[in-house]
Amino acid sequence: MRDEQLIEAIERYLNGEMSAEERNAFEQLRRENAELDTRVVEHQQFTGLLKQYGERVALEKRLNAIHEEIDVHAIAEEVTMHPSWIVQLWRDHHSKISVAASIAIFAVLATLFFTGYLNNNNSYTELSREVGRLNRSTTDMKKDINAIKKGNRVIAAPDKSRGTGFAITSNGLIATSYHVISGADSIYIQDIAGRSFKVKAIYSDPQSDVAILKVIDTTFRGLGQIPYAFKHSESDLAENVFTFGFPQDSPVYGDGRLTSANGLNGDTLDYEISVPINPGNSGGPLLDSKGNVIGIVKAKETRLEGMHFALKSSYLINAIKNIPEDSLTKVPVLNTENSLANLTRQQQVKKIKPYVFMVKVY
Amino acid sequence: MSTESKSSIPTDSEIVFGILNNSENAIKRLYVAYFPMVMQLILNNNGTPDDAKDIYQEAIIVLYNKVKKGDFELNSKLKTFIYSVCRRLWLKRLSQMNRYGGDIHDFNDYLPVEDEVEEQGERDIQFTKMQSALQMLGEPCKTIIEDFYIHNRSMQEICESFGYTNADNAKTQKYKCLQRLKKLFFQQK
Repeated sequence: MRDEQLIEAIERYLNGEMSAEERNAFEQLRRENAELDTRVVEHQQFTGLLKQYGERVALEKRLNAIHEEIDVHAIAEEVTMHPSWIVQLWRDHHSKISVAASIAIFAVLATLFFTGYLNNNNSYTELSREVGRLNRSTTDMKKDINAIKKGNRVIAAPDKSRGTGFAITSNGLIATSYHVISGADSIYIQDIAGRSFKVKAIYSDPQSDVAILKVIDTTFRGLGQIPYAFKHSESDLAENVFTFGFPQDSPVYGDGRLTSANGLNGDTLDYEISVPINPGNSGGPLLDSKGNVIGIVKAKETRLEGMHFALKSSYLINAIKNIPEDSLTKVPVLNTENSLANLTRQQQVKKIKPYVFMVKVY
Repeated sequence: MSTESKSSIPTDSEIVFGILNNSENAIKRLYVAYFPMVMQLILNNNGTPDDAKDIYQEAIIVLYNKVKKGDFELNSKLKTFIYSVCRRLWLKRLSQMNRYGGDIHDFNDYLPVEDEVEEQGERDIQFTKMQSALQMLGEPCKTIIEDFYIHNRSMQEICESFGYTNADNAKTQKYKCLQRLKKLFFQQK
C-alpha cells in the first residue's frame, strides 16, 4: 500500500466513511500492525490540532469583532484610579529612581574614596614648626604669671612657629612657604651667624603655598651675590636633590631624589621627593646637584614614610613676578649665574649657608 | 461594583449553556459583562488597554475551552474564574517584561488557576507553530488544507474551486500538502 493511499484509508476510517466490512478489516489490520496503529494515532492528533487551531482562529475573530463594538476608551477612563501625578510618577518609575539614587550614592562614595577625602587628611602635615602650641601656650601663661608675680616685664614672647626661608635677591627678598608665616603678627629671620632681621611679607599666595618676605630691618646691609640660580623648567625624575633648613636651631642638610613629578593625589604644583625632612624644613630651598633651586620644601605625608613634597620652582618664579610693584624699591632680578655647578656638595652647602634663614613667626 | 457594566449581567449558567450551544450572543454578553473588571485590573497594574484586550481574550478562550471540554464546574463564580485567570496571565506577562514590581493591586478574590493557564500556554505554543507552518506552506496548499481539515469542505468542492481536472489530482495535491505541513510543523523547535 502506498503512503498516499494509506493516509486516505486512515482518513476514511477516522471520518467513519468505511463500510462495516472494510472497517472490520482495517481494525483487524490495526490490531496486528503496531506501525499502522501509530500512524492512525499520529494522524488523528495532527488533524485534531489543525482543527482546534482553526476553531481558535475563528473564536479570536469573533472576540475581536465583539471587542470592536466596545467603547474601550470610556471604560478605561472609568476604571482608572487617578492618583496625584507625583504618586503616579513614583509608581511608574520607583525602580528606576532607586537604581539611579544608589548609583549616585555609590559614585559619590567612590569619588570621595579615590580622591582621599574619606581618609583622614590630617596625615598631610605642613612642616612649619608649630611645636605643641597648646602646651606652649600654657607654659607661656605660667611664665607670664610668674613674671607678673615677680614684678618683671615679659621680655620676649617665644616664637609661635618656625620655618626656613632663603634669599632670592641680594637686596633682601626672602622666599618661604605661606603656611609658615600665615597668621603672623611679626616675622623675623635669623641667619646662620645668629643675627635677626625684621621682615615683612610683601606677597603671599595660599594656593601654591608660597610667600615672599622683604627685610625691613635698618641694620641689614645686603647679602652679596646669590650663589644659586632658579630653574624655570621642570626637573627630571630621579634627579639628585638636597635641601638645607632649620628643623632645629642649627641648620640641617638632607638629600635624596626627586621621586615624582606630581605631589599628593596628583597635585601638579608639587614634586614628590625622598629627602628626609621635618617640621621646620618648610620654606627651605630644594636644590638639584648643580645647585639650581628647583623648589620649596613644603610638606610630608605622615602615614607613608618617605613621601615629602616640594613646590615647583616655576610657581616661585611666578610669585616673584606677581609681587606688587609698590612693595618694591626695584624690580627683582633673579640670579641666572650659578656659581655652584662644579663644586662638591660640601662646598656647595658651605656657599649656600649664608643665604638660608630661620624664619621666626610671632 | 460601581465600575461594572450597567447592562444586565448574564447568569453563569446562561453563559455556560450558551457556550455549549455555540450561542454568539452568550459570548458577546459574557465579553461585555466582565471586560471593565479586567481593564481595571490591568490598567492599575502597569498595563495598557491593549494589554487588557489581549489578556481578557486569552482568559475568555481558557474559559471557552474549559466549558467545551465539559470540566467547568459551576461551584466557583465565572467572574472570579475570569479574574483569576487574567491575574495569573498578567503576572506572567509582567515577569516576562521585567516590569513586575513585586505586588499587584487586587480588586477581587481570586482562585489558584495555574494549571489552566499552564495548559493554555502549551496549547498556544502549538498553535503558534501551526500558524507559522501554514504561513510557510504557501498557496495553494494552505487553502486546500484549511478548506479540508478546518472548514470540512469535501474534496469534490475543493476540486471544483481549484479547477483540478479530477478528484484524484486534488487528493494527491492535498496529500503532498499535508506531508509538507507536517514536516514544517515538526521542524520547528
